[in-house]
Amino acid sequence: MLAYIIRRFLLLPIIILGVTFLIFCVFSLLSPMERLATYIHDPSTLKNPQSVERLINKYHLDDPFPLGYINWLKRIVRLDLGWSQTANQSVWDAICQRFPATLELVLYSIIPVILVGIWLGVISAVHHNDMLDQTIRVTAIIGWSLPTFVFGLLVLFIFYGILDWLPPGRLSSWAQDIVYASSNFHSYTHLITIDALLNGNISIFLDALRHLIAPIITLSYISWAFLLRITRSSMLDTLRKDYVRTARSKGVDEHTVIHLHAKRNALIPVITVAGMMIIGMLGGVMITETIFTYPGLGFWAATAAQQLDSGSVISFALLFATLMIVGNLIVDISYALIDPRVRLE
Amino acid sequence: MNRTVRKLFSNASSLVGIVLLFIFIIIALFAPIIAPPLSDNPYQVPRMSWDVNPQPPGFPISDDIREVYDFMGTEIKYDKAICGTAEGGYDIFYGLIWGTRTAFKIGLITVTVAGFIGVFIGSISAYFGGWIDEGLMRITDIFLSFPFLVAAMVLTTILGRGLDKVMIALIVFGWMGYARLIRGSILSAKEETYVMAAKALGVKDIKIIWKHLLPNTIFPVMVQGTMSIGSMVITAAALSFLGVGAPVGYADWGQMVSFARNWIIGAPGHAGQYWYTVLYPGIFIVLFVLAWNLVGDTLRDILDPRLRGEL
Repeated sequence: MLAYIIRRFLLLPIIILGVTFLIFCVFSLLSPMERLATYIHDPSTLKNPQSVERLINKYHLDDPFPLGYINWLKRIVRLDLGWSQTANQSVWDAICQRFPATLELVLYSIIPVILVGIWLGVISAVHHNDMLDQTIRVTAIIGWSLPTFVFGLLVLFIFYGILDWLPPGRLSSWAQDIVYASSNFHSYTHLITIDALLNGNISIFLDALRHLIAPIITLSYISWAFLLRITRSSMLDTLRKDYVRTARSKGVDEHTVIHLHAKRNALIPVITVAGMMIIGMLGGVMITETIFTYPGLGFWAATAAQQLDSGSVISFALLFATLMIVGNLIVDISYALIDPRVRLE
Repeated sequence: MNRTVRKLFSNASSLVGIVLLFIFIIIALFAPIIAPPLSDNPYQVPRMSWDVNPQPPGFPISDDIREVYDFMGTEIKYDKAICGTAEGGYDIFYGLIWGTRTAFKIGLITVTVAGFIGVFIGSISAYFGGWIDEGLMRITDIFLSFPFLVAAMVLTTILGRGLDKVMIALIVFGWMGYARLIRGSILSAKEETYVMAAKALGVKDIKIIWKHLLPNTIFPVMVQGTMSIGSMVITAAALSFLGVGAPVGYADWGQMVSFARNWIIGAPGHAGQYWYTVLYPGIFIVLFVLAWNLVGDTLRDILDPRLRGEL
C-alpha cells in the first residue's frame, strides 16, 4: 500500500516530463518563424528580417531538437510561457486571470455529477428492469449520445432564446460594474458566488448563479449519465452477493439492506469513476464556455485555436494535462485509502 | 458467434441501433442520388444564396446563384433548400446527406487505425513484459494525461485545417484505451496452457501473439471499437464546432452545428427563428452516435459473462 503510493509519487515527475516532451514534439512541427510569433508582443517586428534573426537566436528557436527542448523547458519552469495574441497579455497572466472562472464552473458541476449520477444509479438498480429502470437507462444512453455542443446550444436556445431565464456570460452588466469597478466589492477568492456572499451582496450572488446554471448542466450531464450507468451495474452486482442474500434471509428490512449493506460496498468502484468523470469534465470546458461565452480558460483556448495562436493553445494543454495528472493521482490514492481490501494489502 | 448475432437482433434496443445504422449506410451509399453534387468536389456544400442570414426550409435557390450555375453550364438538379440554409447560405440538407459519408469515414478509419496501433503496443507490452512493458505503459500514461478533446485540438491547431488532419489527431490520441484493454486480456491469457505448449514447441513469439493470443483476446477490443466510433465522430464534430476541424463549407455535421452558433438565439422579437440550423444537424449526429452506442452496449452485455442468460 505504502509502496504503491511512493511509486505513484516517484512516477509523477516522469509523466510530467513526458508530457512536456510530447508537447514540445508537437510544437516543433512549426517552423522557428511560427514559433517566434508566440513570443512577440508587436507583430510588426516580424516584418524586419534582421530582428527576426536576432529574436530566433535569442529564444534558441533554431537550436537542434534536444537543446531546443532543454531551453524551452527552462522557460516553462520559470513560467515564461510567451505572449498571447488572443488575450493581448502574457500567457501566464491570461491563465491566472481566467482560472477562477473555470474553477468556479467545474467545482459547481461536481454537485450534480455526484448527486444525480449516484442517486439515480442506485434507484435504477433497485428497480432493475422495470419501467423506471428502463426509462433511466434509455435517458442515460441518449444523454451519452448527445454531443455537448448540440445539447449546450439547445439549452441556450430554450432557456435564453425562448424563455430568457439563463443568460450567457458570467455576470450581467450591472453586476460587472459592481464586481470589477466598485471599490466596495472585495475579491477574496475571485470565485464570484463566494465573493458575493463574503461581501454580503445577495443580488450579485443570485446573478452569478443564474449565469452558472446553464453551463453547469451542459458541462456535467455526460458525466452523470455515465456515472449513472456505472453505479447501476455496480449496485446490481452487489445486490447479488451472498452477504446481501444473508441479510435479506435474516429478515433485515429492504431499506437497510439497500442503503446500509449494499450501497456502501457498491459505491467503492463508483468513487474512482466519479473522480475520473470530474477530471474528464476538463475536456468539456472548452465547448461549454464557448457556447455560453463564459470568460474562462476554455473559451480563451478555443478562441486562440481559431486564431492559430499556438503558444496559448500549447500552454493551455500543458496546464490541463498537469491538472489531470494531479487529479488522477489524488483519485488513485484516495481509492487505495477508501477500499479496505486494497488498504490492508 | 451465431448466438451473438441472434441476440443482437432479438434485443429491442440493439435492433433500433441496427435499423438506424442501416438507414445511415443507405444514405451514405446513395448520397449522389439523394443530393446530386453541383460542383466537382461533392464534399463542398453548395450555397443557396450569398446572404449571411440563415434561410428557412423550402427556401428556393436565389437568382444570382442560379445565374452562376447557368453560366458554368451546371444543371441544377434541385432548387430548394429542403431543410433551410445555414449561415452563409450553405444548404443544410446537402450537408447532412454528404456529412453521413464524412461521419462514416471519420469513425471507421480512426477507430480501425487507432485500434491497430493500440493492439500492437498493448500485445507487445503484455507478451514481453519487463522493462518493455513498463516503458510502453508509461508512454501510454503520458498520452492519456491529456483530455482527449484538448489534445486533438492542439494537434489540429498545429497541423492546420482539414479532415485528414482531424483524423490524424484523433488517431494519435485515440489508441491508448485499446492498448490497455488488450494488455490486460493478454496478461491473463499468456499463462494458459496452450500458450505454454506453443512456446515449448518453439513457435516464434510474433506467431504466438498473432495466431494464438489475439484471436482469443480481440473481441472485447472490437466491442470497445464499436462503442468509440460514436465518440470519435462527436470529437471530430466538436473540433469543427470549435473552428479547427474541417475547412469552411465541407460537408460535416459539426460544422453545420457551428454555423448555428451565432443564430441560435434568434433575432430580437423572433426568438427561436433559426431553429432549423441546429435541429436537423443535431438530430443526425445524435441518431448516428446513438446507433453505434446501442449496438455496442448490447454487444458488451452479451459478452459480459456475469449478465449471461439474463438478457
